[in-house]
Order: sequence, then structure tokens, then C-alpha cells
Amino acid sequence: MLKRLGSMGLPLVVLVLIFAVGPYTVFNNPATLFEMMAFLALAQGINVLYGFTGYLPFGYVGFFGAGAYGASVVVLKLHFPILLAILAGGVIAVLISVILLPMLRLSGAYFAIGSLAAAEIVYNVVANPNLQSVTNGPYGINLAPVFNATLSYWLMLVLVLVAVTFVIWLRHSSFGFSLLALRDDPVSAGMAGVNIVRTRTLAWLASAFIAGLAGAIYAWHISVFYPGTMFDLNISIFAIVFTLFGGRATVWGPIIGTVVLYGLYNWIGFSTPQYFQLVYGLLIVGLVLFLPNGVMSLIGRRRKSRHAERKGAVMNV
Amino acid sequence: METILAYSIIGGILFGFFYALLGLGLNLVFGVLKMVNLAHGDFVMLGAYGAYVAYSTSHINPLITILVEIVAFGIVGMALYYGIVPRLLKSHDPEMLSLILFFGVSQAIEALATFAFGQNTQTMNPNVFGNHPLVIFGQQFQTAWWVSVLVSAVALALLYLFLYRSKLGRATRAVMGNREETAASGINVNRVSTIAFGIGLALAGIAGALTPFMLGGIYTTMGVGITVTSFAIIVIGALGNPLGTIIGGIVYGVAQFLMQSYLPSWSAMAPFVLLLIILLVRPGGILGKGARYA
Repeated sequence: MLKRLGSMGLPLVVLVLIFAVGPYTVFNNPATLFEMMAFLALAQGINVLYGFTGYLPFGYVGFFGAGAYGASVVVLKLHFPILLAILAGGVIAVLISVILLPMLRLSGAYFAIGSLAAAEIVYNVVANPNLQSVTNGPYGINLAPVFNATLSYWLMLVLVLVAVTFVIWLRHSSFGFSLLALRDDPVSAGMAGVNIVRTRTLAWLASAFIAGLAGAIYAWHISVFYPGTMFDLNISIFAIVFTLFGGRATVWGPIIGTVVLYGLYNWIGFSTPQYFQLVYGLLIVGLVLFLPNGVMSLIGRRRKSRHAERKGAVMNV
Repeated sequence: METILAYSIIGGILFGFFYALLGLGLNLVFGVLKMVNLAHGDFVMLGAYGAYVAYSTSHINPLITILVEIVAFGIVGMALYYGIVPRLLKSHDPEMLSLILFFGVSQAIEALATFAFGQNTQTMNPNVFGNHPLVIFGQQFQTAWWVSVLVSAVALALLYLFLYRSKLGRATRAVMGNREETAASGINVNRVSTIAFGIGLALAGIAGALTPFMLGGIYTTMGVGITVTSFAIIVIGALGNPLGTIIGGIVYGVAQFLMQSYLPSWSAMAPFVLLLIILLVRPGGILGKGARYA
């Protein structure tokens, strides 16, 4: 039992080592580490939705932006304390996901493109000059009065740990298993007593909450931004690619995907973002054709084949 | 007031033919393969740059560029089909994986196009076709518009003749109806799908060459928006039904014109709102039978 808890908690320990100890020892670059953490949180959020339910949200960035703008408006217009405002950012993302609940009736491509349209609508509302008195329209937000680089860094780490813990729980709880059953065969899962609507809804809301909080903390950390920064479609793309690369519906997959790919991106330091876009585009094509279940499936495959070898050896004797 | 309304409706119907052309390639591919080609908008963008580069470097008439693009895009489409689709169809979840894969193709095309054409927005001289404005019910429409509308209408008519008057077209419609049963009746489904994919991209190329006149400035990142617009158009009509796309295009065109005339600051989000409403209220589309394939 203890051993099992240990292996379950290993991802958390590794993440704390990288992001809490890292800045003081080997890797003193908090800006990169912070961005990496933001993508880790988003990748795990995508993992909750796409990995466990099969709904692919191209418009996931809509929740991120909604959280960022929600928290900013609450701080600047209602003068809430910042921590409460960040919570409010998450809640606003959840509220939008509640409005969009009927979208869960759509499947496959309909859902994916529908979510993209939904994110564009949120973006167009936020960036609309008519709403300048609330969101400052296209002219951006300045959170300088509440800026705190250190505290926002640690808060993002907390969010990442919470998100990863949530996915660990999904992997080991009956709730997570009912999600996976639902993803693979909704009819059978429903017959086996899984409440289809409630289970899917909870995963959808949780995923939106993670993105909203990530957006709110991200906004706090960078403190000056425009609608285009927060609703950049690339944010969705990165999170999806990281999750796919590592392997969906696993705890380690999004972590490995984000740390390896985002780390690589920063290490090489592309001068033009188009190189990166090209590499990611080709990477997506390659992944789908040759490794649809991500890097984690390689590890699983090796374990399985080793197991099979051992069995074979016994048979030969 | 009344002139604005008349202008919006007539303009919307004319534009509708172009919008129908925009969606048609996507719908043909979807009908035959049950896959959404998320790179559709990027091929439209490439078609637009083809016309722009040909005209700005050597003053080639866009109508000639269109003929070249039909052949070029058709060949690229068939090659792309052979490289990707058979492998995809064998995987465990072709529908979802194809969505992600074409998304990757779209990103790669966008990046390469930005390398080749730069990040600036380009415009084309609207007097390429001369200056003979068309007057309908007292409303004046410039030459480039009505030529584009005419080209769109001709392309739609040719596709109709292909689908409903030729043997290959009948086979294509059979594959749209039921892939397995068509294969069982001895039709080479793979060959039909390859040609349909080629035609789909050729249609994207034609629409692309007209884009500088119909949608204004062209830029390399416009693909995603065009894909969403095209998707909205074919969902309004009916997914997998080529004739529905024409209705979808006209409904979309009129809606777009009315928004631009009466609520200009919100018109940018019109396609997305329309798409979401249609998806939620009537996912089968106006001509749909209520069945959903995706």
C-alpha cells in the first residue's frame, strides 16, 4: 500500500524538485519555468477532458483567457484582493463552461470546431471596443498595482500540483474509470450504471476550472497584456500537442510532453515562431501516423513485451 | 434605409455563391471520407497567394491562374490522400485522429507560407478584370465581385453535372451514402475517394484565387478562420450534402451582409455565433435528415 502511494506521489515529488528547488540550484530562469508550469497546468486540463472523455477542445484557450480577464476585471473594477480575484477567474471560466454545457451533446469534429467557435466568441466579446469600460477592449490590461512575481510563481506551482493530483486521483478512482469506460463505449458504460451526463459534466467543469485558474495566475504574473495574448490559439495547440506527445489519459504523459517539448523549444531558442509552428505541425502529423498514444505507450509496450518474453521463456522450457 | 436592406440581401445572395464554393470542397471531402479537412482554409490561402503572386510578378489574369490551380491542387490532393488517408482509415479512431492530423498539416502549411510570403497583408487591384460594374435593382456591384460570383456559379454547376450526370459522380455519391456497401458492389472506393479529395482541394484553390476580391486583404494566418467559416456554411446547409452547401452559402452570405450593415462592430463574430447556434439547434443542417455522422 505504502509502495503504491509512493509511486503515485512520484510525479508530485519530481515537479517540486524541478520548479521549487530548480530555481535555486541548477536552472535559474524563473520566467521559463513559470511558462512551463502554465503549460503543464493547461496540458493536464486538456488531459482531463480529451484524455478521459475523448472531447477535443480546440478552443480550450477560451477558458484561459476568460480566467485571465475575469480575474483582472474583478481586481481593477471591484477591487477584490488578488487571491480572491484569481479564484473568481476560475469561477468565471466555470460559468462559461456551464453556458456551453449543451456542446457536450456534440461529438467528434462537431465538438472540436464548436469549441473553437465558442472561444472566438469569448475573444470577440472581450476585445470589442464597445466594452471598453469593462475590459478595456483591444487596448489591454495593466495589473501593475497588484504585481507580485514571486507569489504568482508559487501559486502556479500549487495549481500544477493540484491539477496533477486530480489526474492521479482520476487514474485510481472509480470516477476516472467510469470516464474512460464512457469514452470508449458510452452505451455499455451507461448500461453498467455510469451516469453519463453527470460524469461528463464534472470532467468538463473541472477542466474549465483548471484553465481559468491558470489564465488568472498567468495574467497576474505577466501583469500587462492584450486580448490577443490571452486568447492566442497557439496556447490551445501547445497544450494539445504536449498532451498527445506524452500520452493522453496518463499522469506522466502531459508532464513529459511539456517538459521535453517546451524545454526543447526554449533550449533551441527559435528566433521566428514559424519554425516552431512548422516543427509542431509536422510533429502532430508524425505522432498521429506513427505514435497515436504518445511516448508513454512506448514504455507500456516495452513492459508488455518483456512480460511476454518471460512467459515465452517459460513455455520454451 | 430600404436601400441598405436591398443592398444587403442582393449582395448577400451574390456573395452566397462564393461562400458556397468556399464550403463545397470541405463538404465533398467530408461526404466521401467522413473526415473534416482542417487544412481546407490553408489551401484556400495558398490559392489566394497563387493568384496574387502570379498577378503581381507577371500580370497573369487570375482566371488563368485558376485553371492552373485546379490542376495543381488536384494533383496535390490526390498525393496527400495516398500518403495519409489509407493509413488513417486503418487506425482505431480515424475520425478524431484525422482531425488532429489535418490540424498539424494546417499548422505546417501556415508556417511554410509565412516563410515564403511574409507576414504582411496583401491586396490585389480590384480592376484586374476591367471596370464594368453590374447594376441590379439600382444597386451597383463592382466588376471583380460579379466576375467572382460568376466563376463560383460556373464551378458549382460543373460540380453538379459531375455528381449527377457522370458515372464517376454517381459512384462518388454512392460512397457518400455508404462506403462499405459501395465497396461490396464492386466500385473501387479508394479510387473514387482519391479523385474526390483532389476535386475538394481544386475547389479550395478556385475559391482561394477569388478570395482577394471577395474577402479583401490576404494573409498567411487566415486559414483557420476560413476553415471555421467553411465549416459553418456546410453545417448550415447539411454535412455531406453538396446541394445543401449552396443554401448554406446564401444563408451565410445574407446573414453576414445584414450584420455588416446594421451591427458592424459585432460582425466579426457572426460566423462563430451562427455556427454555434446551428450546431446546437439543428446539427443536421437545413437540408439534413437529422442523422449525424461525426
